[in-house]
Amino acid sequence: MKHILPTISLLAVLLVSCTAVNLNAPLPTYVTGVDPDTWAQIPSGEFYYGQHNEIASTDTYEIMVTDVTTTQYADFLNEALAAGYIRIDGDQVLGFYPGDEFRGVKHEERIDAGDWIFVPLNDPSQRIQFDGTIFTAQPGYEIHPMTMVSWFGAWGYCGYYDYRLPAEMEWEKAARGIDTRPLPWGDEILRTNANFYASRDPFEDMHSYGSRTTPVGFYNGNSYDGYITLDSASPYGLYDMAGNVWQWAGDVYEGTHYRFMRGGSKDNYDMDLRLWVRNNATPTYFSPGVGFRCTR
Amino acid sequence: MQTPKTRLNFLFSSTKGLILVAIALIGIVTAVWGMLSGPMAEIGVREVVVKLLGMDMLQAEREGRIIILYHAIAMAVVAIETYMITSLLAMKPLFKTMIRALITVGYILTMIFGLGFAYFGHTWPFHGLYIAGLTLIFFAGVLLTISLWPWNKEYYQLDKAYARTRSGVNLERVAFFATALTTVISALFGAIPGSLFGNGFNVFLAENIIRYPEKTTLEYSVIGHLHIMLALIAIMITLIIGRWLNFKGILHKIAMPLMILGTIVLNLGVWGVVTPLEPIAHMIIYVGATPSMLAALFLLIWSWNKLIRDGTANIPKPKFGQKINALLRDPLKFGPTWQMLFMNFTTSGIGIFMAVKLDEIFRVWPAREERIELTGHWHVLSAIIATIILLYYGNMIGLKGRLRQLYGWGIIVLSDIAFAAVTIFEMKRLFITEAEQQPLVNTLMYLMDFGLAMLLVILAAVMVWRLTDLLKTRGRWTEEIDHELSKEVV
Repeated sequence: MKHILPTISLLAVLLVSCTAVNLNAPLPTYVTGVDPDTWAQIPSGEFYYGQHNEIASTDTYEIMVTDVTTTQYADFLNEALAAGYIRIDGDQVLGFYPGDEFRGVKHEERIDAGDWIFVPLNDPSQRIQFDGTIFTAQPGYEIHPMTMVSWFGAWGYCGYYDYRLPAEMEWEKAARGIDTRPLPWGDEILRTNANFYASRDPFEDMHSYGSRTTPVGFYNGNSYDGYITLDSASPYGLYDMAGNVWQWAGDVYEGTHYRFMRGGSKDNYDMDLRLWVRNNATPTYFSPGVGFRCTR
Repeated sequence: MQTPKTRLNFLFSSTKGLILVAIALIGIVTAVWGMLSGPMAEIGVREVVVKLLGMDMLQAEREGRIIILYHAIAMAVVAIETYMITSLLAMKPLFKTMIRALITVGYILTMIFGLGFAYFGHTWPFHGLYIAGLTLIFFAGVLLTISLWPWNKEYYQLDKAYARTRSGVNLERVAFFATALTTVISALFGAIPGSLFGNGFNVFLAENIIRYPEKTTLEYSVIGHLHIMLALIAIMITLIIGRWLNFKGILHKIAMPLMILGTIVLNLGVWGVVTPLEPIAHMIIYVGATPSMLAALFLLIWSWNKLIRDGTANIPKPKFGQKINALLRDPLKFGPTWQMLFMNFTTSGIGIFMAVKLDEIFRVWPAREERIELTGHWHVLSAIIATIILLYYGNMIGLKGRLRQLYGWGIIVLSDIAFAAVTIFEMKRLFITEAEQQPLVNTLMYLMDFGLAMLLVILAAVMVWRLTDLLKTRGRWTEEIDHELSKEVV
């Protein structure tokens, strides 16, 4: 018996660790005071791009000050459904994408013209609710970033309003400005700068559901029930350009079907919040840690 | 009366002293630097360590720091293997002295000044000394390769129980030679692109560019370098353990040609990534890895069979339970090959599964998930090699009785708990969603940290014992000063 005791104990620990997590646990509600409908203007000109500070340049453009919120996305879904821009198929919202050129490069997969998933419905992590007629934001998550949205869903949102997803260069310039800082607010990161893994924000419980999103613009220097944040806007006044959720970029690169994301998320250590860090996934991928914002 | 000079002689000129110093330094670096990441960073230990030691860690320089840290630890491991080889295999005394002098100065320079440069402000002469250290290690490797030249009649194998050619060339020595030679060449494979990237400060971590459809030749070189160096360190430790256990017989005769073939083909595959062979390089690597792994399997079969035979020699018709008892009786002799077998669950098995299901499963996940698998499996492989070294070291220092059992089984069980947890962590997306993973992640992190921390505690206890022993006039170190591993072959 004493020989199998360690094995039984280990299995017991593993079983306990697989207990269900309440994904709808209550969350605090704070008003950040940052308006998700505002845009920042980014001037044309050169800037330092990437980890190795290559010189690049962009034209003038505008970019959203915050990530697209669940409320904004729910509004889009309602308008787009009425306009026939999207359709519902089972537990998915689908929309048309014109496809990419396929070059047959190793590991490349075809992205043909057709209907692709925008968002899943009925997923426990989905913060958009659909009652059969109307899409609404889940109460408490209204001003949280829209997550569980595929690249197609992000592309479709921006395109519907004649916006577009930011190119990686545009995203990085908006986050970094024209110096070589690794983070939107400067050189170093503290827990009160951004929402990252184990950053101890009021929305996090590492013993249960782990890290959750914070409302857009949360890290603006305000105090929330005594939790004092640092103003962590980028040089152009954008919030959450590091942490909270990865943000889809618009670039479609030759020879690969992967779409790239920037900014790091609530589920990453601080190192992944550095401005040049890239993540990527298939364009159908969605996650509670991936959102987007638009540019125009 | 033993003077400090005699003690320094033990530490820096005897085989066991040199190995002790290298293990102690790796232990210190692992313990301190292990507190800078993962759960230790989460709970705030990193901040305390950084402040306490006055470290200077800029976010922008993380990749460069980590590359230097990897080299600092890896060079000490390479030094340990070199000490073992120069003690296990016959070679000219002058070669042995030169190789040991070069590699000892080399890895200590690399470790002290590399970490000094990377973590304590950029004192540029430190960087120069770090590079000088790596260079000395390279030359030690060149000398080791020359000293292992197997076609010298002095080193021919006369005993027909071992793998040899008809003319008597010792095929085990050929395998050592081939591994040393390809290691030296593969070091250049990293050094040359390293000059470009490093001196231009364009450092990158291979796991971060894995999905880019186009990579430069030098990026391929770096990726090839890190893979092949770890593989060669693993091959070398397999050969070392085989020599220690006195691997021989029919399985030795099959295994050694396989090891030679595997090592050469594996290297050709890796070097091929920067040639027009790139599209089939992975296939060549698989072809090379297979015979190497088969050779390790033959060592395992032979050694387990020997442990059972030796352990049941006095029993006329041993039962299954008695055979298992005999197999598990000595964890220090059973452990190294068990760890090699366990590696198949945590490293090779995962690697093969990933290769087979790459586009179907793993490339559907985001790149950051794939990065966890990539970094996880090679960290485990590195740590498995470290545990094999520690098991062999436990035998070297003459652990006996209950202490031998505790040390041996402690290393095996604790490390395997940690490695199993890492493996489940890598593969967790197969059975749990991101949103629901936190409790499982917490448990796995606790298991990993518990396993590795307790392993370090065991190591620390041994190191404290060795330190107190060193203070004694007639400590064990006075016996070990003249010990050579070739005299302790089982």
